[in-house]
Amino acid sequence: MFLASLALASVTVFAFMSVLPGDPARVALGVTADPESVAQLQARFGTDRPLAVQYLDWVSGLPTGDFGRSYVTEATIGPQIVDRLLVTLWLVATASVLALLVAVPAGVVAAVRHRRPSGAFLSGMSQVGIAIPSFLAGMLLIALFAVHWGLLPAGGWTPPAQDPARFVRLLILPALSLGVVQAAVLTRYVRSAILDVLREDYLRTARAKGMGPYRALIRHGLRNAAIPVVTVLGLQLATLLIGAVVVERVFVIPGLGSLLLDGVANRDLLLVQGVVMVLVVAVLLVNYLVDVAYVVIDPRLRRAR
Amino acid sequence: MSSAAGNAVLTVAGLSVGVRDLRLVTDVSFSLGPGERVGLIGESGSGKSLTALSLMGLLPEGLRAAGSVRMAAVDHDLVDASERDMTRVRGDRMAMVFQEPMTALNPLMRVGDQVAEVMLLHDTQPDRRSARAAVTELFQRVHLPDPERMPGSYPHQLSGGQRQRIMLAIALANNPSVLICDEPTTALDVTVQALMLEEILAGVEREGSALLFITHDLPVVAMVCQRVLVMYGGRLVESGPVREVFTSPRHPYTAGLLASSRFEESDTAGRLPTISGSVPAAGHFPAGCPFRDRCPAATEECAEWPGWTGGAAHGFACWHPVGRTGQ
Repeated sequence: MFLASLALASVTVFAFMSVLPGDPARVALGVTADPESVAQLQARFGTDRPLAVQYLDWVSGLPTGDFGRSYVTEATIGPQIVDRLLVTLWLVATASVLALLVAVPAGVVAAVRHRRPSGAFLSGMSQVGIAIPSFLAGMLLIALFAVHWGLLPAGGWTPPAQDPARFVRLLILPALSLGVVQAAVLTRYVRSAILDVLREDYLRTARAKGMGPYRALIRHGLRNAAIPVVTVLGLQLATLLIGAVVVERVFVIPGLGSLLLDGVANRDLLLVQGVVMVLVVAVLLVNYLVDVAYVVIDPRLRRAR
Repeated sequence: MSSAAGNAVLTVAGLSVGVRDLRLVTDVSFSLGPGERVGLIGESGSGKSLTALSLMGLLPEGLRAAGSVRMAAVDHDLVDASERDMTRVRGDRMAMVFQEPMTALNPLMRVGDQVAEVMLLHDTQPDRRSARAAVTELFQRVHLPDPERMPGSYPHQLSGGQRQRIMLAIALANNPSVLICDEPTTALDVTVQALMLEEILAGVEREGSALLFITHDLPVVAMVCQRVLVMYGGRLVESGPVREVFTSPRHPYTAGLLASSRFEESDTAGRLPTISGSVPAAGHFPAGCPFRDRCPAATEECAEWPGWTGGAAHGFACWHPVGRTGQ
């Protein structure tokens, strides 16, 4: 099933890139190029071969991490993608963890106190958070923390192995700007999941056993509420990857997003094709993990022993 | 009206439940002796479930109780008790079995852990191992099949009857002095109902618990209970030993309720007699006697609440009681 989705995705990505106008060889040589040198370059890129052959050549390299060579720099694409992917993963993972750390407690409190001002306030805040685009959040954070207070660097990147302290300082603002929106969205879903759980009979049973309201909710409610939240978390990871493209631009981070934008700007189609394919694989992988998480959480979905 | 209050394990006095401007339960008073089995009957909307939930301090959000609920060996009133005080009473001194066994258990937790939890919570078992052993023993007592392996099951793997037995095991685990059962057999198949009732009876007898059994099923009351409380419109309208109330009811509502469940009184077309009119929406009963707009004997007097006639253990609230002196 997973492999079938991958195959389908690769065909789609390849087909989409192939129908885009702008032959790489013509773009590289400019409008004044003579047909002969264009044909020569096409032969070097391999773009003169039939599409099916090009596709098979490209797709057969993917499992081994061979994404081909860039039309522009002629460097191998695979290693570049791996480097950039690591950077983006740091950013997305940190943002997700931050979002969860904020959203779970905030959502629980907003649900338990939904009739009181504090609950309404939290709901309102999450509404506002959803409305803020992450690039705007990024610029606001830069304006405050980097420019106004001078507490944190405004942008850049250092690998964690090279200078851990600087790595953390550089990661904070982009992860925050990406995480704020996620936290706001998740808070709403956690809140509604907890509200549903609060109405369940088994929570009343837990209270009848002698548990206080919060204790009953933590022990019997959270895991039940996790099922819808995991679904949303999976869907949100896809939007996080897209959000990362923008945030990387704002904070000048050499991640997958900036690689993608550079590729687009340079008409480096094979590079764009590789990055998009990696993003697709990441989304499919996350969906697969969500399915696994369901089974771990809910015994009703496990096959009978 | 607190004659049996001397050695009662539970004494309810003047209990009312309501939202801000709506009264749903009014001035309910009764007591349970040690090991006594009392039925609480009435139609849906009569306030019987709310009465039970207010004893447990588990009223739905927005509802408030007033009056007094005292338990033997508990030195505070259960009405308006702090959450912390109530958590010590619930599941330990007083336990409850709910109507719907299919949803009352946590679907994601093994049933054995759900039973063990109530003992660990109240420190009646020192650790997980001894709690596990106690669970097996409890499962044996409520006659669950395969008590060694059953604790490892999840609720969805069990039948309704089995789940209700597990609820009973949870309720009885800490040897409560009061067990409240809110229509515990209504959601079960008819074939399982009788077995479940026997299980409840055996359980309270073994633990010496008093039983407050809420139902609208009169034959069940006759089988399980010694005494019966009849509620209508949020008020207690009659109480007494089951045999006496069922053979010579004094309140017209009780009489109507009994008539409509006796097959021998059906007319030639095989229809059972019914109480005319219908139950008003909760909180919208007439002032005075709540039954007066459906009562065949109602007069102008009935616009005023008649007050209680007789003792706490046996009495009624009616201006025009059925039987004996009247007719």
